[in-house]
Amino acid sequence: MNLSLGPLTYCWNKQATFAYYEAIADTPIDTVYLGEVICSRRRELKYKDYLELARLLSNTGKRVILSTLTLIESASELVELKRIIDNAEFAIEANDMAAVNLALEAVVPFVAGPNLNLYNRASLDIMQKVGMTRFVMPYELSKQWLQQVLAEKSHEFETEVLGYGYIPLAHSARCFTAKHHQKPKLDCQIICQQYPKGILTQTQESQPLLRLNGIQTQSAAKVNLINQMAAMSAMGVNYFRISPSGFDDITLIKQISNRDEIDLTSINLVCPSKECNGYWYGEPGMHLQDNVTDTH
Amino acid sequence: MELLCPAGNLASLKAAFNAGADAVYLGLKDDTNARSFAGLNFSAAQIKQASLLAKQQNRKLFLTLNTFAKPGHESRWQQAIDLAAELHLDAVICADISLLDYANRTYPGLALHLSVQASATNVAALSFYKQQFNIERAVLPRVLSVKQVKDLAKISPVDLEVFAFGSLCIMAEGRCQLSSYVTGQSPNTGGSCSPANHVRWQDVGTDKLTRLNEVLIDKSSQNEQLGYPVVCKGRYQTHAEMTPEYMLESPTSLNTMSLIPELAQAGIRSLKIEGRQRSPAYVTQVTQVWRQAIDCYLQSPDTFADTLQKQPQWHSALDKVSEGQVTTLGAYERQWQ
Repeated sequence: MNLSLGPLTYCWNKQATFAYYEAIADTPIDTVYLGEVICSRRRELKYKDYLELARLLSNTGKRVILSTLTLIESASELVELKRIIDNAEFAIEANDMAAVNLALEAVVPFVAGPNLNLYNRASLDIMQKVGMTRFVMPYELSKQWLQQVLAEKSHEFETEVLGYGYIPLAHSARCFTAKHHQKPKLDCQIICQQYPKGILTQTQESQPLLRLNGIQTQSAAKVNLINQMAAMSAMGVNYFRISPSGFDDITLIKQISNRDEIDLTSINLVCPSKECNGYWYGEPGMHLQDNVTDTH
Repeated sequence: MELLCPAGNLASLKAAFNAGADAVYLGLKDDTNARSFAGLNFSAAQIKQASLLAKQQNRKLFLTLNTFAKPGHESRWQQAIDLAAELHLDAVICADISLLDYANRTYPGLALHLSVQASATNVAALSFYKQQFNIERAVLPRVLSVKQVKDLAKISPVDLEVFAFGSLCIMAEGRCQLSSYVTGQSPNTGGSCSPANHVRWQDVGTDKLTRLNEVLIDKSSQNEQLGYPVVCKGRYQTHAEMTPEYMLESPTSLNTMSLIPELAQAGIRSLKIEGRQRSPAYVTQVTQVWRQAIDCYLQSPDTFADTLQKQPQWHSALDKVSEGQVTTLGAYERQWQ
């Protein structure tokens, strides 16, 4: 199974973003997704910057996929989407049916991102017919769901699962970061840049619950399925996705790449407030099952 | 402009028709729709009865099929489509592309409305559903401003329906996993957001604690008006600021009555009232007020704003049945965003 790095969900400044991806270029990761997926008001990196990063990574042998916006509400966002799809160099990740439609029209193959509502095999087969080459499992689905869907019949598309990182849970018209700072979204001053991992939000009993990232709401805890990599490989999962959260990712990628998947099954998970794996086991996403002995 | 009202049972359906609904949407008694609550919704026989009533009164009836078919259980969803076709219902409201495909191939004469759970917010997405599955109408997610709704209506390849009144979902519908993150069930998979069997209220001293699967969603005083507990309407805190606040949204309902003229001029085909889980009394109250308002507008479009000012009882009637007894324009208004 290969490792992939999902799109950066946070608004980092240009310098930090370039430094991060230059460090990524030096890791053995197979696939890197690049692009703004949250908010079109974030303009730290422009289209040409993403292309520059894409070529930099591509030159070190990485497979690069350009990710697209998740919530598309305006004509200008559609123009930008079309520009990305027509880039003629790199494949794309469709995070809205708008991207699927434009990719279909342009005859560009695409990865079906985790925010497309594909909840059964027939839906995946329809997507494959219109150009899907790979699909990223929707976050709330489980190992059992995936086993069943993949076993139904043979398939020609690849499969990717978010295995490590904070889980995107929802997208809204409202910017929660701006709201927290009592700023209107139209005059947000890109306040989300102050929060490189979002705003950690906890209950009134100090239980970490959510992470506010602009118009996106994420999980407070990181999903960690590193000890399930061998199981995923056996099921036919092709890519284990890591969602960017900081320079620790570099170390993690190197550590995972240097070890056998079977060895990784014995990795202990941290604690329920920091890590979770519930969705994989068909439970509430925030739950953490200590699954050290599970190697099937 | 159609007034489309909810019904969770036959009494609500009759209430909606009596109060002036042009059309009613309803769901089956199972997980094929996102209001899968005990004691709610219709058996196949009751849907047949409902369709007879609708035909007698020359009203429309739509079947809500807005969850996603589970692997190995697809036939349950397909049979619901078969039933709608057999009873000649006026439309099926659907989000799952495999079901849209099934309906379009099997019953080309059956009208398909794209459910809000499909999260189609732009012309390219709407065109995809139109071209692939020949949808006739789409329900817009509650994430667009009124300006964006108007712009989209000018170029949309299908009729548009918008939410006019009821519980306010603040996330792009169909793509929200907050409920399953905490409870394991989401509207898409389990048939409800924040399922009632996971809700627990606890009295501690003078405080009332609201828990969802043991996670503390809110702490309030005993006499505070509480909405139904959902993750996005809880009071939380950050590391830096320990004073709890509604970090996403407070308990409030959507009310777009003041937008009737703009929505009508934009050519919006249907105004949807939320609330299949609510009582027949709610359905009567809300339908009556909205019927009057729409009729007033149609009779004299130019004076509608004045009329609305002179009818404060419309707003107070709606506020009474609203969550937290407060209403908002939500994302329709830029300021809210």
